[in-house]
Amino acid sequence: MSAVNIEHVTYGYSRKPVLKDITIGFEAGEVVSLLGPNGSGKTTLLKLLLGLYKPQTGSVRLGDNPVRAIPPKQLAQQIAYVPQVHRPSFGYRVLDVVLMGRMPHKPFFFRFSDADEQAALSALERLSICHLKERPYTSISGGERQLVMIARALVQEASIFIMDEPVNGLDYGNQIRMLSRIAELSGSGYTFIKTTHFPDHALWISDRVVLLKKGRIIADGTTEKVITKSNLYRLYNTHVDVLGLEGGNSICVPQAMKRFHRCSGECKPMKKNICLP
Amino acid sequence: MKQPLILFVFLFVLILTVVVSLTLGRYMISLGDLGRFIGFQFSDCFVMEERQYQIIKNVLFDIRLPRIAAAVLIGAALSVSGAVFQSMFINPLVSPGLLGVLAGASFGASVSMILAKSWFVVQLSAFAFGMIAVLAAVAMSSLNRGDRLLMLILGGIISGALFTSLLSVIKYLADPYEQLPAIVYWLMGGLSAIDRMTVLTVGVPITGGICMALLLSGYLNVLSMGDEEARSLGVNVTLLRFIFIFLATVMSALTVVLGGIIGWVGLLIPHIARMIVGPDNRILLPAAALIGATYLLVTDNAARLLFKIEIPIGILTSLVGIPFFAFVLRKAKRGWS
Repeated sequence: MSAVNIEHVTYGYSRKPVLKDITIGFEAGEVVSLLGPNGSGKTTLLKLLLGLYKPQTGSVRLGDNPVRAIPPKQLAQQIAYVPQVHRPSFGYRVLDVVLMGRMPHKPFFFRFSDADEQAALSALERLSICHLKERPYTSISGGERQLVMIARALVQEASIFIMDEPVNGLDYGNQIRMLSRIAELSGSGYTFIKTTHFPDHALWISDRVVLLKKGRIIADGTTEKVITKSNLYRLYNTHVDVLGLEGGNSICVPQAMKRFHRCSGECKPMKKNICLP
Repeated sequence: MKQPLILFVFLFVLILTVVVSLTLGRYMISLGDLGRFIGFQFSDCFVMEERQYQIIKNVLFDIRLPRIAAAVLIGAALSVSGAVFQSMFINPLVSPGLLGVLAGASFGASVSMILAKSWFVVQLSAFAFGMIAVLAAVAMSSLNRGDRLLMLILGGIISGALFTSLLSVIKYLADPYEQLPAIVYWLMGGLSAIDRMTVLTVGVPITGGICMALLLSGYLNVLSMGDEEARSLGVNVTLLRFIFIFLATVMSALTVVLGGIIGWVGLLIPHIARMIVGPDNRILLPAAALIGATYLLVTDNAARLLFKIEIPIGILTSLVGIPFFAFVLRKAKRGWS
């Protein structure tokens, strides 16, 4: 029995289901990457896990209980949502945004206590962004905003983090920093279920990879087993080499992007410069 | 929550405005008279002529206080409703009339001005149709799938348009010599017909509504992050949105009962408040309430004192509000982006 289970779930309009008869379980403490082309149902799967959508058939369970039957506050104490980087309308103070993570622990009429504020501050501390606490949430960079969202999930005291493309819109450096944060946090027992468009990112930090295509799971297993040349071709319809590097790392190199250099008569692929964070 | 001090400043300004407003009017009461009157009421150390005491008592308790209370209540209620809607719908151009409450109330009042003679029925019908219009908007929105907020706004547009055209029908059918001018005058808004009983009966639910909105203001911050985020933070979005719509609708409909249609306050004041105290609804709502109350009181003083005859306050609020709003929009970037 896994921590979260999706059993025979179909979701979507009857003519064109987004997800078709999905069955999958997630273990506590693992980092899972969902990969798939646009429209393959990745985000829908996350929202089913969060109880935001109601499956037409099948069930989504947290432990023994269907997520939709768990009161929202209790669910929020166990599963936290880290949305895609978005530009919010109101420039609330960063500290106030992080404090929102305390809401699942508050009664209906609430005021945040000093203890809540301490929790928010220590979450900001943990992600080394305490200096941002008084800044308006709208005035900080995308990478910082994503860290604030993670801080909010931390004060929520949930053990399962659901992240929709956590590095989308971040610059290269911030992508790497964000992913190493996730790797660090998973070391302290948090479960991460995230979507991504980059097989490389899955190679860097995931324990397990799930491939989704047209609403079905076409592969599910350890990162090394799932991210292969043939699987990536099946998933994206494009040829990608997965090269093993010294020290156990692997890297994806799209064949279409291989640099060619002119040589006498025939053309050979030249070895690419490889950078690894 | 680091700026409660500024709320005390706003409160002080409001109290000052109330005191000054008490002295203003056809019958001159100086601040000294006012002080002596209050002293005479509560202690024996002051002497006052019996006749002057009676006149001041009548002027203050029967005329000025109810009217001042009404202006304060209307200003605060419209501003809080506007702030609630702007945060909840994550939209700076939203006003309390978004879901059709003002259109419905206008229709309700006009139809009963024609059919019924009693002022009480007019007030009751204004309130009832304000509620009905919003109920219609909410019902229409729930018939469709899709983005809840967008559906609500569309429902509000439809419901508002429906009751506006029904209002035209009533205007067309009204007797053009007596009923039509009464309807038109009433739609311009005004506090001259205020009586103490109405202020007392309507004041209690308005005050209750404002207090409730202030108590729940923390949820507005979360709701303005979007539905899914709010829900993933354990907030019962449907319930809270219902509560906020209900509160804003009751408050707005009750302001119509008190003073007819008074536009632009609910759009303008939340902006100004946000520019001063920032977007945090826990401070924004009380700030909007205090600023709105002061603003409407000042405007009402102008309406009754500026010229020999009284100007409908709705005309003043829009004449002041529109250019000011155009000015504010240029500067509003701070609160919104």
